[in-house]
Amino acid sequence: MSDATQEGSSGAAPPAENDWRQRYWKKNLRLMIVLLAIWFTVSFGFGILLIEPLNTIEIVGFPLGLWFAQQGSIYTFVVLILVYALWMDRIDDEFGVSERNGKGERE
Amino acid sequence: MQFWTFFFLISSFGIYIVIAWRSRVKETKEFYVASRGVPTIANGAAVAADWMSAASFIGMAGMIAFLGSDGSVYLMGWTGGYVLLALLLAPYLRKWGKFTVPEFVGDRYSDGVRVIAAICAIVISFTYVVGQMTGGGVVFSRFLGLSAEWAVVVAALVIFFYSVLGGMKGITYTQVAQYIVLITAYLIPAVAVSQQIGGFPIPQVTYGSILAELDQLRIDFGLDRFTEAFAGRDGGQLDVFLVTASLMIGTAGLPHVIIRFYTTKTVRGARFSAFWALLFISLLYLTAPAVGAFTKLNLLRGTEGATADDLPAWIAPWAEGGYVTLNEESGVIQTVSNNAASGADLIVSNDILVLASPEIGGMPAPIIGLMAAGGMAAALSTAAGLLLVISSAASHDIYYRMISKEKATEKTQMLVGRLAMAGALVVAIFAGLNPPAFVAQVVAFAFGLAASTFFPILILGIFWKKANAKGAAAGMLTGLIFSGGYMIYTLELFGLAANEHILGISPEGIGTIGAAVNFTVTIVVSNLTRPPSEEVQEMVESIRYPAKQQLEAAGKL
Repeated sequence: MSDATQEGSSGAAPPAENDWRQRYWKKNLRLMIVLLAIWFTVSFGFGILLIEPLNTIEIVGFPLGLWFAQQGSIYTFVVLILVYALWMDRIDDEFGVSERNGKGERE
Repeated sequence: MQFWTFFFLISSFGIYIVIAWRSRVKETKEFYVASRGVPTIANGAAVAADWMSAASFIGMAGMIAFLGSDGSVYLMGWTGGYVLLALLLAPYLRKWGKFTVPEFVGDRYSDGVRVIAAICAIVISFTYVVGQMTGGGVVFSRFLGLSAEWAVVVAALVIFFYSVLGGMKGITYTQVAQYIVLITAYLIPAVAVSQQIGGFPIPQVTYGSILAELDQLRIDFGLDRFTEAFAGRDGGQLDVFLVTASLMIGTAGLPHVIIRFYTTKTVRGARFSAFWALLFISLLYLTAPAVGAFTKLNLLRGTEGATADDLPAWIAPWAEGGYVTLNEESGVIQTVSNNAASGADLIVSNDILVLASPEIGGMPAPIIGLMAAGGMAAALSTAAGLLLVISSAASHDIYYRMISKEKATEKTQMLVGRLAMAGALVVAIFAGLNPPAFVAQVVAFAFGLAASTFFPILILGIFWKKANAKGAAAGMLTGLIFSGGYMIYTLELFGLAANEHILGISPEGIGTIGAAVNFTVTIVVSNLTRPPSEEVQEMVESIRYPAKQQLEAAGKL
């Protein structure tokens, strides 16, 4: 495993050199927007804006709107952060920007 | 019961002190960010303990018991903010890698903004810490019969020992222990009560099965149905929306939570500790509404048709402390409320429902003692985290960066850091003993202030290279004046009369609009003035990537 970095050693044409940066950032932003859209829909959407219509549906004793507001949204938040952390690992690896020690192992 | 309470309190305090002694520190890097060596899961537990205050542990289920469905503003508000924190702030602030929140703001914008931010951090954390001191007092005075004054002093001495000695490192590892104590104390009675009420040991499931009976009992007592949305808040749907958003944004902007993410080894560690943190927090937050509903059900069952003489036995000791008031003349109890002004037959304070839940459910004495230790752990862990923010803002941002111009030696910095910590603690003791009248009200509004000051300029500082110092200063000040002004307008503060809420928006919800004002002002002013220097823009660019690109690791490049 060498420590060669793109900036230092690549002989590619200057405009292409930082092209990966834009692609990396775009992927990051896209993931972020998708996850935040789910975050908003479940909490503000189901838990507040649509709580009254959803409350007419009852599942194991819970009016559904109340369940989203007090339980479902929190489960969703936990899963969203886990998905974000795991997905960012993949993106980091794809672009070679993950944090590794001298032996190339993930820190 | 006294024996077990002493047993759990003293043994838990003993554990904290041993941990503190073993993690005492000598260098500023250890003192402020625990040498950035905290393992991911440990940091998650520390964030959770840092976050869950006396209010979360002692007060939240009680509030939900009385608010019903609308208690969701606290449940979603105080957890949803972690999604914002994990996706938008934590990894980038960790990559930038310094000691404090005002430090990022100062380096990104200017020294002027650094000072405003340091002052905001001190004010927000200070209002918050006073609540922890008084929360600890509730636990001590009820369970040990200790006077509230001595209770505050004892709590402060324990915090003093580990925060001055160990700084962030000592605080981190005691917080891990405190998380374990507080979650155990919270879950054991919840599981037991769930089994007793619904015949099933998972509170989140039993919760659903008792809602129908609870709704019916509440109607009998002249209350709204528990499951009725928007009944608990006068402002209705709009207010519930704004308060939830304000708590979420404020959570992501609170300095004592953000700095915990500076302590991980890597950017990846910051992302995963956000996950562990919310997982640990959710254990309590998913249980709290169930505990609120169970306790309320037990309370109403126990008092239905009862008179002053045949009330359940758990009520008497709390009544002595003034937390339960009985309107003796009314005979059979017909109304129950948490509001002293309501004139109901039985008035129960929010603050006791969790602490009393083992007694209400008839649990054995050791569990009641464990609750006391859990409540103390929640108060101590949050207080220590807040004190670190106050002392680091004073010693690092103001003394080291502004007064000594970065010339002070390691040794002097450590001395100033410890002195600032001790000073902050002394002020907190005095404030805890004589809470200034406005503080109790302002605690809940620390979130609104954090939302309208820190959050927008942190987000823009990371995601928008053109955001500049003039924009940030203008944005923070207008956000602060806007939200602070509305709070003063609608609340009885500083001797001014309270005014009607505009459009039903409560002062807790104004932070959402304050944040929007801050965003708009920062963007407009930044566009009208010169963009920041090349170096600053390069710094913003660099925090986007966790590490330098390595060709081999990338594989296909």
